[in-house]
Amino acid sequence: MSQSNRISGGQIDRSKTFRFSFDGHVYTGHPGDTLASALLANGVRLMGRSFKYHRPRGPISAGSEEPNALVQLRSGARQEPNTRATVAELFDGLEATSQNAWPSLKLDAMAVNDRLNTFFTAGFYYKTFMWPAAFWEKVYEPIIRRAAGLGSLTKEEDPDEYDKGFAHCDLLVIGAGPAGLMAALTAGRAGARVILADEDFRMGGRLNAESFEVGGQAGADWAAAAVAELASLPNVRLMNRTTIVGAFDHGIYSAVERVSDHLAVPAAGKPRQTLWRIYSKRAILAGGATERPIAFENNDRPGVMLAGALRAYGNRWGVAAGDRVTVFTNNDDGLRTARDLQAKGVDVAAVIDSRTGGELLPGIRHLQGAQVVDSSGRLGLKSITVRTANGKTETIACTALGVSGGWNPNVNITSHHRSRPEWREDIAAFVPGAGGPANLVAAGAAGGNMSTHGALASGQAQALAALESLGISATAGDLPRAEDAPIAISPLWYVHEGKGRAWIDPQNDVTVKDVKLAHKENFTSVEHLKRYTTLGMATDQGKTGNVLGLAVMAELTGQSIPATGTTIYRPPYTPVAMGTLAGRSRGKEFKPFRLTPSHKWASEQGGIFVEVGNWLRLQWLPKPGETTWRESVDREVLATRKSVGICDVTTLGKIDIQGTDAGAFLDRVYSNTFSTLAVGKCRYGLMLREDGMVFDDGTTARMGEHEYVMTTTTANAVTVFRHLEYCRQCLWPDMDVQLISTTEAWAQFSVAGPNARKVLQKIVDQDISDAAFPYMGAGNITIQGQRGRLFRISFSGELAYEIAVPTRYGDALIRKLVAAGAEFDAVVYGTEALGVMRIEKGHVAGGELNGQSTALNMGLGKMVSKKKDSIGMVLSQREGMNRDDGYRLVGVKPVDPKASISAGSHFMEIGAPVELASDGGWLTSKVYSPHLRSDIALGYLKAGDQKIGRRMRAVNFLTKTDTEVEIVSPHFFDPEGERLRG
Amino acid sequence: MANQWNALTALGHDTAEVVQIGPYRIAERFDVALASLAMRRGQDKAFAAAAKKAGVPLPGASTHEAGKVFGAFWATPEMWFVEADFATHEDIVAALKPAFGEAASITEQTDAWVRFDVSGEGLVAVFERLSNLDLATLPDGFASRTVMEHLGVYLIRHSATSVTLYGPRSSAQGLLHALEVTAKSVI
Amino acid sequence: MIINHPILGPRDAQEFVYLGDANLINRPDGTTAGIEAFHDYLYNRDNPAGEHRELWYHEQGDRSWLVVTRNTVTHEITKVELARDVAKAQGRSK
Repeated sequence: MSQSNRISGGQIDRSKTFRFSFDGHVYTGHPGDTLASALLANGVRLMGRSFKYHRPRGPISAGSEEPNALVQLRSGARQEPNTRATVAELFDGLEATSQNAWPSLKLDAMAVNDRLNTFFTAGFYYKTFMWPAAFWEKVYEPIIRRAAGLGSLTKEEDPDEYDKGFAHCDLLVIGAGPAGLMAALTAGRAGARVILADEDFRMGGRLNAESFEVGGQAGADWAAAAVAELASLPNVRLMNRTTIVGAFDHGIYSAVERVSDHLAVPAAGKPRQTLWRIYSKRAILAGGATERPIAFENNDRPGVMLAGALRAYGNRWGVAAGDRVTVFTNNDDGLRTARDLQAKGVDVAAVIDSRTGGELLPGIRHLQGAQVVDSSGRLGLKSITVRTANGKTETIACTALGVSGGWNPNVNITSHHRSRPEWREDIAAFVPGAGGPANLVAAGAAGGNMSTHGALASGQAQALAALESLGISATAGDLPRAEDAPIAISPLWYVHEGKGRAWIDPQNDVTVKDVKLAHKENFTSVEHLKRYTTLGMATDQGKTGNVLGLAVMAELTGQSIPATGTTIYRPPYTPVAMGTLAGRSRGKEFKPFRLTPSHKWASEQGGIFVEVGNWLRLQWLPKPGETTWRESVDREVLATRKSVGICDVTTLGKIDIQGTDAGAFLDRVYSNTFSTLAVGKCRYGLMLREDGMVFDDGTTARMGEHEYVMTTTTANAVTVFRHLEYCRQCLWPDMDVQLISTTEAWAQFSVAGPNARKVLQKIVDQDISDAAFPYMGAGNITIQGQRGRLFRISFSGELAYEIAVPTRYGDALIRKLVAAGAEFDAVVYGTEALGVMRIEKGHVAGGELNGQSTALNMGLGKMVSKKKDSIGMVLSQREGMNRDDGYRLVGVKPVDPKASISAGSHFMEIGAPVELASDGGWLTSKVYSPHLRSDIALGYLKAGDQKIGRRMRAVNFLTKTDTEVEIVSPHFFDPEGERLRG
Repeated sequence: MANQWNALTALGHDTAEVVQIGPYRIAERFDVALASLAMRRGQDKAFAAAAKKAGVPLPGASTHEAGKVFGAFWATPEMWFVEADFATHEDIVAALKPAFGEAASITEQTDAWVRFDVSGEGLVAVFERLSNLDLATLPDGFASRTVMEHLGVYLIRHSATSVTLYGPRSSAQGLLHALEVTAKSVI
Repeated sequence: MIINHPILGPRDAQEFVYLGDANLINRPDGTTAGIEAFHDYLYNRDNPAGEHRELWYHEQGDRSWLVVTRNTVTHEITKVELARDVAKAQGRSK
């Protein structure tokens, strides 16, 4: 079988032949083919099975509206389900398989559903799986999940790349048919910046699918010439294979460009698809129209398709979808199919025209006032049954039937801002309504201009109007001559005859019967109709079926179509792959990493890193022979407390705050006072939100009269800076305060432990004795001649300093510190040891700074000065936040030192029932303390300050632990802080 | 050797990196000192006079201006970033402070940023995949912060074929990676 | 969305962070106003279907806080001001 249905003509390159496979059979096609056109050329009509009844299906369209011919493309990691064969561009080696069928497309076991169709009516799920409720999760859902669904996903990682882009234009033209091309030519010739986007790989729209002339040449040739002219204009960007999928605010459109889908594998470095954000000043929707079927019994067989599609396969792809064709139409456009196919030598058996008195094509048998009432052929159309005008039935053998029920303008995108389409009686179709996206207008068939002349004229007129509004002068050139025939439609939605099923939405198997049932059960509004029957809820989103379905409902309710109304559309216009939306932001590239100044050194040493926000921080630094992380962390903690430890603390946020009001400003944003802080000193600061909850904390140093350096937690560096700008600009706009982040400008290391000073004094040029550089001192220093800063602050509870140099010297500094510390057995510690030491000291951090805790909860209530106004001061005084039995920060340790406790455990009294009413609070952070040789934890306990010494239980349902614990002071280690001042 | 301070570039090397991808040259710059210069409230006259005397240009919004010793670009109302040669102005704050005194708040920013100079024909194709700014129509001398692959980046357009980026130093590798894969995808 | 920044011109909303009702500018003086006044200030907000004045922060831009007048139904933005100017016009100082 070698392209037996290929006929003459078409825009395919017959000089080249592609080999491709479908369900393992190898076929041939040509460049310019789609998978559907190539399969039809090879006589393959059966391409899929329907969702619910597993009915055999072939393509009904030749475009993106296709509901039936869904296949899986490619295999392995690139396998992609639910691809429309009608838009899949053929390439050499393309591999496609059918889906939703087992064991094979021709013999599908699940087709038994088709025999059971009386059970699977509208509202089937709601009625059948309602009761008993307990069955839903365990019985019904698994059954439904197995039976339903279309293709299957590959479980392998997508090997392709996806990109994003931002494009700008004066005028975006959506669709490159006659209206779009004319609009783009008009704007492009006037020098406007134009983007012309079309979902097809070949621009020209219907002109490629029709036989009539434009401007004295074949329509497709005129289109090709127009595209060539546009390509020569530097101010015009042509984007084929690009679908505008959504209209967003203020002229922004999103577009999916299928950069490499027409290739077996994307070229090296090239993305498979690019998601564009297009910024437009004006936009013209020239998206054409979609033909709709007429429903009749068994109208879903492979071989029954839209008349315009049947014609498109003939004209554009040189394919006769059947060797003997018939046409069923209610309008003049259907006649074009018969005329064009006859001209190409295809046997046109009959035109069944539901109207009377229409045009009669010479040499073709016309049955006017007739309707197709049934069809036959299990896996493909064999014949149709026609009720003639005189009431007799006649069976006509044919292998293809083109059906035309009229054309629906593609209003989809105009609805993205909830504008409702409006009914136009003269063309029996919805056109864009008022209130659509600002600066978007429709041209051509999308705007209800159904002739080629109408498309060209409206494309030009809308472009001229857009240019004028942008102040770009343009002239209306001569319009090429083109047909301007009326569509002459006499609406017929469905054939009333017959007891069987007449399909409206073939993908979701919604039939006229289902609409009738919905009506009978009073689901008559279009929104109810949609959800009750699933009309238009499949991957095609009802592009061919929606209007038909609501027209049937209108007829049943006796209302007009405009009174019945229509559902509206949301983005995306056609399905978008998740990978396209993710772009490059996946896996390791989800967000850019931030590296600390000591990263290179720590990597050389075999450090283990942890993600903290976007930072990669050293978690611990294993020594040879250490086999567990705890061994390393315990060693780092013990060595630091015994002698000295070094830790990279660059990640803490640093904000330079200057200005003559800097001190007063800090008094407002911190709950404690900073204006009185001496130059050369630092102080711990507590920052509240306006609601009185703790926002952040850190030390802030006064480096000069009008110069402070604030530190924030790593996590809140960005939000604190934002908050400070808010306070500065919105609340106290006349304060003389200037802010700049310096987080990354300085490499900063904590040097902590009894020998910290000895280590530092080896490299710091100035005297840093306790007298010269006391506790909480801060200042500019030099380190072996290098500019630096020193802060005597401690998070570990040890004698500790933070020392900083410009970031480029951070690597040198860590090496100097390690070298200077060698004689003291200095260690470099990571975030785990940092966590152990801060919990040993009862310092709050992430687990405690949870956005729901007050200063009082943290035992820091006295830090909130009521002598001055500060953010959060007033509301922190609310009664509910000051209860004696409110949460208080406590320390926790297991009664049995060998027992383990876990963060997230809840406190309960011993003997109390394990239930919500017994809940006394929770453990916020837990570590193993090598000094106490026990797990220790911090937690919030109701009236915790009054429960020190009490035994309770720590219950955790997730870790399934229930441990007896003792409530203790949060200051486990050196509670008097003597070591700090050493 | 003990007193030697070896400086590492933002990419973690001893010398600045240069990558050539097709027509695009991506060059890390390690030789520019940077400071933020903010006018103190009510010091308009003294500030302007000091800037003039010191030869620090104070370009308007969204603008970069080169100068003899100092270049500058606008950051936010009443604040600029000042550029100078690192070799001669490593302590750029110390260099500026005497001129401005209490009329300005000046903060060292040199090592807060990684600088990449990107040049070559057809830069629009690269930057339209990285930034929402319309590089094709921006004037020469345009400077603005924008977002690129999640990173806040200052973009300065010198010409159609030459752009400078200042991105967060800690994400230098991520920014370079974004530039590289994007350049590769359009050549 | 596009926000027409009063200094920088039209900028993509992805560069901005949203805060909420611009009435947040009218923070009471904590030394004189009590809990009730702060409670009203912080929690009692209008939620109009229509024109709304709201605070946006140009975080990935020039760090200006803006007061954006936006129609919550249509998303049409009719006015964009520097929050500092608005605050000063409303009598805020230090």
